[in-house]
Order: sequence, then structure tokens, then C-alpha cells
Amino acid sequence: MEQETAEPPIIRSVGVDGMLVSFADRLSEPANRAALALSAALEREAWDGVEEVSSSLVSSFVRFDPLYLSHAGLREKLELLVESRDWRAAALPGGRRLWHIPTVFGTELAPQLGQAAEAAGMSEAEAIASLSGARVRVQAIGFAPGQPYLGELPAPWDIPRQSNLTKRIPEGALAVAIRQMVLFSVSTPTGWQHVGQTAIRLFQPEAEQPFLLRPGDEAQFTPVDAETLESMRRDPHGGAESEPIR
Amino acid sequence: MSRALTIGRIGPGVTLQDEGRAGYLGFGLSRGGAADRLALAEGAALLGQGRDLAVLEMAGMGGDFTAGADLRIALTGAPMQATLDGAALAWNASHAMPKGAVLSIGGARMGSYGYLHVGGGFDAPKRLGARGAHLAAGLGAPLEQGARLDTGAETGDQTGLTLDPGERFGGGTIRMVESFQTALFPQDQVERFTATEFRRGARGNRMGVPLEQEGAGFTLEGGRNVLSDVVVPGDIQMTGDGTPYVLLAECQTTGGYPRIGTVLPCDMPRLVQAGPGAPLRFAFVTLDEAVELEREAARHVETMGKRLSPLLRDPQRMGDLLSYDLISGVSAGDTHKH
Repeated sequence: MEQETAEPPIIRSVGVDGMLVSFADRLSEPANRAALALSAALEREAWDGVEEVSSSLVSSFVRFDPLYLSHAGLREKLELLVESRDWRAAALPGGRRLWHIPTVFGTELAPQLGQAAEAAGMSEAEAIASLSGARVRVQAIGFAPGQPYLGELPAPWDIPRQSNLTKRIPEGALAVAIRQMVLFSVSTPTGWQHVGQTAIRLFQPEAEQPFLLRPGDEAQFTPVDAETLESMRRDPHGGAESEPIR
Repeated sequence: MSRALTIGRIGPGVTLQDEGRAGYLGFGLSRGGAADRLALAEGAALLGQGRDLAVLEMAGMGGDFTAGADLRIALTGAPMQATLDGAALAWNASHAMPKGAVLSIGGARMGSYGYLHVGGGFDAPKRLGARGAHLAAGLGAPLEQGARLDTGAETGDQTGLTLDPGERFGGGTIRMVESFQTALFPQDQVERFTATEFRRGARGNRMGVPLEQEGAGFTLEGGRNVLSDVVVPGDIQMTGDGTPYVLLAECQTTGGYPRIGTVLPCDMPRLVQAGPGAPLRFAFVTLDEAVELEREAARHVETMGKRLSPLLRDPQRMGDLLSYDLISGVSAGDTHKH
């Protein structure tokens, strides 16, 4: 994975009205840092014809009006900006927070802990210790509203997604695959393995801040029992607490 | 007097829609909005108003609606059986709907999504900048019997006009560009994909529609370990079992299933409107060709108002003719009072 950090970012089109700058084809800390920083810079640039910027795990995405700004024109602007500095060495976004999120690991609330632990070559107890001990970063918000991709987990968690979709994973589910965790903001079908359950509500459309987590935030999942979790459901944050990262 | 439309009987997939919510991709919320964006433009042209107003999107089946005031309506998208107080009503047309009249919209004769537009648009509180329901995100919900839909301030008076919707309800060849992940697929899989005639699956929803065929699925080595990256509407993703899904307005914003291509925005209305079982083929065009096709499509929308024509009275359809007369009679009078 290390040699990728030396590769130049690649710029590719997405559909007819999108352009993607990718810093790697596998997840790495520097590539994620670079994507976050470049996306923030693109927001500040606010080029004419650019309609929206977002950040994924290792890429920055630009949606634009190709009838107003040509692909060649946008590519040239992107190349200049990308070459203007070392994005992989950029600072993380400001105002980051560390979230402590109460989580039930395993039991009928999170029925795939056993199979995920086995795939990672661990006992269930080892898996809980490993997952709850990991301090992970919100590498991107995506898939569903407010939903974080969290990583990076220790190497044994490089397990594939399932080929058969789980029909419905509940809101607040914590799931693993490919050294990452996803904390689900909506109930949805998924190929990720359901190892934990939280009471957090990541998307609250009526709240002043509808999206709870931000890219760059960090999280740690504290084991609790089902009864404790149930008592936290009345709290809009599901018992989760945050502290600023200095 | 309330300028509202009250819902009687209602199909299961009727939602308020508009142009959706742009600007939240970075927060994981896709734009959403009407499945068939062209229908938004057609309704706006028929009623001589903005394309940003909210409309009713009806998935496969409509409902009964009672007017609380003299209203103007337009019907676009998938043609559905429609009557006003029992008299047949032309689709792809604008009509006057007098106070107390009952509009009855049945099943789609072809296509997938029909649209009901009102003069002034439907008025509902905006959430995150738009009125449309985003079912996947839990914003809004399908409409239910007894609901009352307020309408916005009326700004026009034209009715009795029609617009040719073009051939977009029976499937056909859909144009796409290469995705940034097309190269992950072996060449022979890509060739087989473009050589295959698919049928639009019956299970589709506003997030995506499956493409069905008899042959083997489209799989690639290591497909389950692809890093999640940005997803856009029109992406054709291969799920784990090799079934292609075309992603629509309410799709996820990022995803890990590899994409073999991306449908052109200007061909999305035809893809979305292909009814269950309709034949679909896919053909690559270059990025330059795609931009030119988008330019033509934008021109088509901008000039739509010039292609309006009065509803014709077809002597073959005397029953309908009476209803047209009744309706245009109302529209010729002073319908614009409130």
C-alpha cells in the first residue's frame, strides 16, 4: 500500500457531468487526508460551472455543467490545483470531535459478529476487544444521509463484503468489511456484516444540524448490554457523547 | 376557500416530487426528485409556469382527487386512464378542473411514472430545500387517502393544450458513457453487456431498477473488494450475483459495487419510463457525443413551449370529444378567479 502514496492522483470523468480526482485505488491514511483537503479547497475555489463538490474515501468529486464548462477546461483547472501542493501532507479538517458511541456487540441485535470474527480469524471475545479498542476516523460520509465510513481497522479485518445481501440492516447498525466499519443511518439492504448495534441517529432532518458526524471526526465504540442500549434510545444521540480533538 | 386537492382512493406509490435537493452529496444525501425530469418540464410548459414547482408522481397507479377550487391541471409522463367527473381526459395535456370536480386516474397504459401538475404547483413545507419526498432517506412518505394538498398561487390561465411526449414509454436502446470503473470488467463481459437485450425488472423503485436477462450474470474477479467511491444516477452497477441495476434519482451517493457504464441524463427519462418487461439495450457513446446529445436535450426542453398545440378534436373519438368540449368550454370562460 505504501508505494501508492508516490503515484500522482488520477483524474477521470464520472458520467457526463462529473469529474473525480483519486489519490489511490486502495484506502490509505494519506490518500484519505488528501481527498478531504482537496475537496475543501475545491469548495473554496467555487469555479464557475462547478455545481457541487463532495469527498469520498480517497477521491474528490466535482459535479459540473458540461454545457457551460468543458471537460478539457475543468481537467486543466483540476490538474493545476492538484499539482499546486502535496495534498497527502495536508492537515485534517478543523473542529474535529471524538465520539464515544455505546454499542451492543453480537447477540440477536447484531447477529453476524460470529461469522465476521471467524473470517477475521478471531474468537468473538477477541473480535469485540479489537473492534471496541480501535479508534477510527470518519473517512467519508456517503451511501446514505449522514452515514460514515470509518477506518482503518487492524489488518485481520480485511474481509470481503458478502455476495448475498442482508435484506434489511437496521438504523444504527455497525457493520464491517475491508478494514472499515459503516454505521448505518437508514435501514437498507447491505453486503456488510452486522457486528454491533447502536442507538445513534445520524440523520435528523428537522434538527438544526441534520447530519451528526463530519468527515475527520473520530469514533470509538464502547461495549454495553442490550438493556443499557434500550435506555439510551430516548436520547437523540443514542447515548453517544463527543469531545473536541485538539 | 382553500385552493386544495383532496385525495380519495390512492395508489401505493404516489409522492410529491420536484427537482430534488442538490448540494448534499457530501453528506450522503442524493439529489432525489422526479424520476422522469422531462415530465416536470412538460407539465411546466403545458401550464406556462416554472419547472421548479412540486408535482405528484404516480408510480404505475394514480388515485381520485377532488378540487377545492377552480384549478388548472396537466397530466404527463406514463399515460394513465383519466376521467374528470366521469368524462375521459386526454393525457399529455392541460385541462381546467372546476371546483368540486373529481379527477380519477387509474393504471398506467404503458410506462412507469405518471405525473399530475396543478397551476401554482403543490405547496408543502420545504425540508432541506425541497418539497419532494426522498423515500430512501426517510424524507416524506407516499401520500395517503384523505390527505389535502394545498396549491400555490396561480400565475396563468392557459388550458386545453397538448404536447407530444415522444417515444419514451416502451424501452429501446439507451446510450451510456464509460464509467471510471468500466475498465475493471473484462472486455468480453463489456461486449456481452452491450450485445444483450435486457428487460426492465418488475422490482424497481426510485433508487434503482434491475435489468433481467436469461444468460449468466456479469461478474468480475475481486468485485467484492472494490473500494467504495462516488455513485451517480444513471450508473449501472453489478450486484454480487451479477444482476445489473441502473441507479435512479434516490440512489446511494457512494457504493462499492462496480459500475460498467453510466446512462446519459438525457436518456434517463426513457430508461425510467420503460415499463416492467420492456426491452432495453445499452450502447456506449463517447464523452464528446454525450455532451452534444445533452446540449440537444437542453434545447429541446428550452423550446418546449413552442411545440404546444391545442387539443385536437378527433372525429373517431366522439365520446372523448364531448369531454374535451366541456373542458375547453370551461377554460375558454373565466377560470382565473380567486
